[in-house]
Amino acid sequence: MKCHRCEEQAAVEVRHVNAAYCPTCFVQRCREQVSHAISKHRMIRSGERVLVAVSGGKDSLAVWDLLLDLGYQADGVYLGLGIGGYSDRSGACARAFAERRGARLIEVDLAEEAGFTIPQAASTRRTPCSACGLSKRHLLNKVTLDHGYDVLVTGHNLDDEAAVLFGNTMQWNLPYLARQRPALPESQGFARRVKPLIRLTERETAAYCVIRRIDYIVEECPMATGNRHLMYKELLNSLEERAPGSKAAFLNGFSDRLMPLLDDLAERERDAVGTCARCGSPTTAEVCAFCRLRDQATRPPRRRRKIRRGNRPARRDEEKPQKAQTEKTGAPEPSVGS
Amino acid sequence: MKIQLHNPKREVEIAGPLRANDLCKQLGLNRESVLLIRGDELVTGDALLEEGDTVEVRPVISGG
Repeated sequence: MKCHRCEEQAAVEVRHVNAAYCPTCFVQRCREQVSHAISKHRMIRSGERVLVAVSGGKDSLAVWDLLLDLGYQADGVYLGLGIGGYSDRSGACARAFAERRGARLIEVDLAEEAGFTIPQAASTRRTPCSACGLSKRHLLNKVTLDHGYDVLVTGHNLDDEAAVLFGNTMQWNLPYLARQRPALPESQGFARRVKPLIRLTERETAAYCVIRRIDYIVEECPMATGNRHLMYKELLNSLEERAPGSKAAFLNGFSDRLMPLLDDLAERERDAVGTCARCGSPTTAEVCAFCRLRDQATRPPRRRRKIRRGNRPARRDEEKPQKAQTEKTGAPEPSVGS
Repeated sequence: MKIQLHNPKREVEIAGPLRANDLCKQLGLNRESVLLIRGDELVTGDALLEEGDTVEVRPVISGG
């Protein structure tokens, strides 16, 4: 198979555009796609200070590398989540990349900052992925504002956005659909948040890292097993294999045709945001979701009452009819806040 | 040829020569969800994998 641009031996097929590229032309294509996304959605203005949320995975390291090569002044922030060896290895990848590129990496530890780790948060009513997403949104926004950066960059790619869109559409969750944008503007208490990888699939970001010899954490987070977001991605990839271009058409169609119809709802959502009575972060409730999560995650475990034989209390399902299941989805919630 | 797989990490032997696309079919893998890396170079679906090759099948889906 020959490169679509230079006729050299191809290394990467990009089936959704019906083309294949050699390593050099593929890297060039990735830069063009990121530049296009930044300019189309006015993500970053000239001279702005950029902070990249770095997990040690392929997407965040790829976007950091691309921004540096495109000439942006981009620092990184790594959030230690306390997920044992997985966090140790992902942190090492983030540090190694920063050192190789001579870039500044800010490190924040969830346990030091908030008093709990993600495994501890898994004991609350939230799923681990939901607690993790909430903690990341809260702390990354705080770090961006505290350090005076103009914009926070995340490594969300085309597959991430298509999977979130699929989940929100399955539930017709209009407020979440209204908030799903490639660039969320700054507002009271919120830094601007942008997703420059929106035009690249995760197969492309992984291929970019292999070609650029970027060492990233390949293993999946041990707490994400069974995550609904992963299931949506697998479903969409089954569709993509049979009909290349389906994911891009789904996401781009939403951006171009439906998103403008949700502008009013997005604005009403932003207007409804107040301030957390405890930490001052933006929220639509009196106390923000992050403070409530911290309360639950740091609460001492309840002690079991001793039950005397013959004095067994009625089981809950004998007392009243069962409630409908209300467990939150493991998929990352689209943003506005904690 | 040696095939290195992830999640869980393991190695299997498969008889070559074989096209990369056929290897994916044989392993029941969706081409959208993996990259094939021979040595340290990416290969396209039409690449012929030889008996002495070592090929890593790297998953690309992550939890988000």
